[in-house]
Amino acid sequence: MNSADFRIKLYRPARMLLLLALLAAAVLISACHRDEPMGWRLTNVTGHMPDLDFKLIDDQGKTVTGKDFRGKAVLLFFGYTHCPDVCPLTLAQLHVVMQRLGPQADQARILFVSVDPARDTPDIMHAYVNAFDPRAVGLTGSAGDVEALAKRYRSAFTREPNKGDNNYDVSHSSAIYLFDQDGKARLLSTPANPQDDLVHDLSLLIGTSS
Amino acid sequence: MMIRTLPLWLAGLLLVGGAHATQAEHIHASKAWIRLLPGNLPAGAFVALENSGDQPASLHSGQSPAYGEVMLHKSSTEGGMGRMQMVDNMPVPAHGKAALSPGGYHLMLMNAQHPVKVGDTVTIGLQFSDGSVLNTDFIVRPANTIDGSEPPPTPGTDQSGH
Repeated sequence: MNSADFRIKLYRPARMLLLLALLAAAVLISACHRDEPMGWRLTNVTGHMPDLDFKLIDDQGKTVTGKDFRGKAVLLFFGYTHCPDVCPLTLAQLHVVMQRLGPQADQARILFVSVDPARDTPDIMHAYVNAFDPRAVGLTGSAGDVEALAKRYRSAFTREPNKGDNNYDVSHSSAIYLFDQDGKARLLSTPANPQDDLVHDLSLLIGTSS
Repeated sequence: MMIRTLPLWLAGLLLVGGAHATQAEHIHASKAWIRLLPGNLPAGAFVALENSGDQPASLHSGQSPAYGEVMLHKSSTEGGMGRMQMVDNMPVPAHGKAALSPGGYHLMLMNAQHPVKVGDTVTIGLQFSDGSVLNTDFIVRPANTIDGSEPPPTPGTDQSGH
């Protein structure tokens, strides 16, 4: 008993510090989340990532910017068409997410940005994204413009050296970035997040902004 | 030439000797499907394998009259990076199972020799490490299929319950 009492006394200052730190953290957290409903299931990146901004070529061959997608919730991710497994799987899953959203899906757009603009022309991108979902837009552009966007969202990608037969592998960040209808970065989804979470948060995102 | 045909000689010797059945003879393939992508883009092929033999088997590659090139690949999303790499083998344990499935092992099908369309059946010879081949029929599914081993949903039905 005595030794236990002693231990508590000894650590009391440390406990006070911890309490203060927790209090400070709670104040900070509530400040960050002041004007939004709690209950996101995905990673909340509100205030930690820049607004949606880019200048690329869409799959109709038109120059588009981030501002052209204001008014829609945006699901942004990076990939390439010569990727027969993970990119189609992600797009197929996003198609199911859109189906599950029902009429709300009209307020959302999937932006598939090619990190392989050398092979992914607007025509190829058009056929590719439309094989998955009518609300998907394929974006491509100069290597510099694509890299600028990837850098903006700290998304990494690498291209393996070309083996000479126009076959080379690309590895890329597998996260999906969610923006609200004002173009603010809000949430981050990774392959580890269940599809239910994406449907839940996207529905909430569309519901709170409209 | 001898080196190139060595696996065939060995396979022949094994057959003559009758000591071992081939790996392919012990493998049962099911749920075989292809995710078709537009244009001339490479497609992914998936299949479940079951090994009834006492020896481990190892899928090495594939061959198909419908595609100029078939390669065994593996996707991964480790550390938040999606990547795809060529692999030599996918092991199928003795009395065990292994599968080529979306997000993992798959056969990458390149250079379609004739137009392939949804609903077609494409035969792929699954090649094992002992040189034995198991011809398997793959059903061609649309690009936005999640799990091609399931029959496709009937058009017009509500899929929101999934």
